[in-house]
Amino acid sequence: MFELNAAGLHFTELNRKVRELLKDGAEEIILKNVGGQRYIADGITGSQKIYIEGVPGNDMAAYMDGPEVTVFGNVQDSAANTMNSGRIIIHGSAGDTAGYAMRGGEIFIRDDAGYRTGIHMKEYKDKKPVIVIGGKAGDFLGEYMAGGIIVLLGISSGHEGDIVGSYCGTGMHNGVIYIRGGAEAYRFGKEVKTEDAVPGDLEIISGYVARYTEYFGGNAAGIMSHKFQKITSFSSRPYGKIYAH
Amino acid sequence: MSLNMLTPEFIIDRDRDRCIDCKVCVSQCANLAHIFDEEEQRVVSDNSKCVACHRCVSMCPAGALSIRKFPLDFKANANWSADAIREIYRQAETGGVLLAAMGTGKAYPVYWDHMLLNASQVTNPSIDPLREPMELKTFLGRKPDSLRGELGPQLELEIPVMLSAMSFGSISLNACKSLAMAASGAGTMCNTGEGGLHTELAGYGANTIVQVASGRFGVDAAYLRAGAAIEIKIGQGAKPGIGGHLPGEKVGEEVSATRMIPLGTDAISPAPHHDIYSIEDLRQLIYSLKEATEYSKPVSVKIAAVHNVAAICSGIARAGADIIAIDGFRGGTGAAPLRIRDNVGIPVELALAAVDTRLREEGIRNSVSLVCGGSIRNSADIIKAVALGADAVYIATSALIAMGCHMCQKCYTGKCNWGIATQDPNLTKRLNPDIASARILNLLRAWTHEMKEMLGGMGINAIESLRGNRLMLRGIGLNDSELRTLGIKAAGE
Repeated sequence: MFELNAAGLHFTELNRKVRELLKDGAEEIILKNVGGQRYIADGITGSQKIYIEGVPGNDMAAYMDGPEVTVFGNVQDSAANTMNSGRIIIHGSAGDTAGYAMRGGEIFIRDDAGYRTGIHMKEYKDKKPVIVIGGKAGDFLGEYMAGGIIVLLGISSGHEGDIVGSYCGTGMHNGVIYIRGGAEAYRFGKEVKTEDAVPGDLEIISGYVARYTEYFGGNAAGIMSHKFQKITSFSSRPYGKIYAH
Repeated sequence: MSLNMLTPEFIIDRDRDRCIDCKVCVSQCANLAHIFDEEEQRVVSDNSKCVACHRCVSMCPAGALSIRKFPLDFKANANWSADAIREIYRQAETGGVLLAAMGTGKAYPVYWDHMLLNASQVTNPSIDPLREPMELKTFLGRKPDSLRGELGPQLELEIPVMLSAMSFGSISLNACKSLAMAASGAGTMCNTGEGGLHTELAGYGANTIVQVASGRFGVDAAYLRAGAAIEIKIGQGAKPGIGGHLPGEKVGEEVSATRMIPLGTDAISPAPHHDIYSIEDLRQLIYSLKEATEYSKPVSVKIAAVHNVAAICSGIARAGADIIAIDGFRGGTGAAPLRIRDNVGIPVELALAAVDTRLREEGIRNSVSLVCGGSIRNSADIIKAVALGADAVYIATSALIAMGCHMCQKCYTGKCNWGIATQDPNLTKRLNPDIASARILNLLRAWTHEMKEMLGGMGINAIESLRGNRLMLRGIGLNDSELRTLGIKAAGE
């Protein structure tokens, strides 16, 4: 395990050091005292593990392809931007647009997620990105979503009311969102339909819930004892009919 | 109401004395304008289906076909033109947003045609490029503030002309291959557009700019590393403020694999990048790309030419872009809403001059290279663009025309009979990348020589000396504010 003290380092220097360690064959790196440095683990490839203590800045793990990043704290905006594969485990909350255009891999967020989480998420054949959110999510969850799975649990924060903001699934045209306990109809974009999750869905959800409790603790059976709402798009061609040819 | 109010736009004239009913036209027309009538045992035509792409005329072995404009005129009315009336018929019938393709055909002023170049007479000698060296080599990227400063990554171009962004999806793989082969042959760049990089094109990485747009199609770390530069697409001249929808019917097996989206779904790129709402956010995306590629490649930002383009470009330069590509409102597209294409944005000539002036005034012109596009039709347009301040130009429509495009401007139908703007395998196989790339290379070779002639005539032997040299331009038929924006004198002054 290699250790780096990020205190006072500019992001260019910190990230250069991380890349150097990875090039030298480091399998595990722990970054201490991270305070808002951007682009940590940006574009890195492989199967290494990076542990972050503190609050990483925007675009953490953007374009990342393979590694596992564990954050002991919150993350700022655009974590996992266009991530290709790998895993992110956040012991805290994520800012806005986590998982923007994510193409594969997994994000587990213990607490809340900001606006536009999972926007433009895609999938291709067996490559399906997944975002599991333990708390609540802000507006525009899964906007323009073109694939993948979002699981919203609403368990880790003691908020009242719906656990998802408004305009959920606006422009969505593929993929699926599961919301524990469901949300009121007005929360959803006009492109999506809601229904109760069926046994096949629950099997998928319980797999991710088991993983969530493995990372963050909690009672998986208790979480699964609630109903789940399933959100999918009416069409894979939401705007196919608006043009005159 | 059973009858369509739209009369045909074109008439197919078939010379029955020449026609041998060989059915070549029938097999060549994806619009089904030619049909073989089994009962009559002869080929007949349906004028209403014709888009005037001239494929049948070119392929007819008997020379029996010609296409002309349908002569039926509406009653003369300077305000209600035939187009205005026909567009209402189309919308009244469908309730749809009108689609258009390629650049606007409206008669807006083309400022290239209102600028004249200088030539040496007596007081300084002109140079003959046939006998003397003439330098067109161009480097794109941030230049240091002083000679001692560190030079960042540069794109090295043999000619100040690059092939502009056209995605695999909007055009066929054979068309993409033709462009990549031509870029490689000419020592310049082609651009993936927002369609990802097909595996068969990976070998052309050194001559490819990979684009990152709001939908992030086909973008991963390998893609970012594959190209010679990365371009963030903010906007496009043909549709400023509008995103792209590649319709699901064009997302077949190959496009789906290259864009990494499910088969048959719409590929939606909304106008905004949802992680960019400000210049500061743009800086974030620029640096996320630089970090991902370890500062080894220049990052370009492409925008549409709009009203405040100079201030916007100042912000983009300060956000850390190495190259700014400005796309004028006459620029092409595979599909855009007609009203947007024909009404939004400004001419690239004015935008380019305004941006170059602004960056010079602010003392940051060296920090960024300027590329302009949006209807560069010939070598003179390029020379004028460089004199106005461009480091290089982007061409797309010109390259497509070189490949065989006949400007029927129906790219959005996916039925391109020339095998360019289509994914139909029966049509795409008509385009041979070896032949098409050779034709683009011929065009670029001809332009290269013409550019050298024009430079030599001005007594200049390196394109570098023409860059921003507006004294080499004079305006003709322009008013004072146009001359002022272009930063040029009137002819005779």
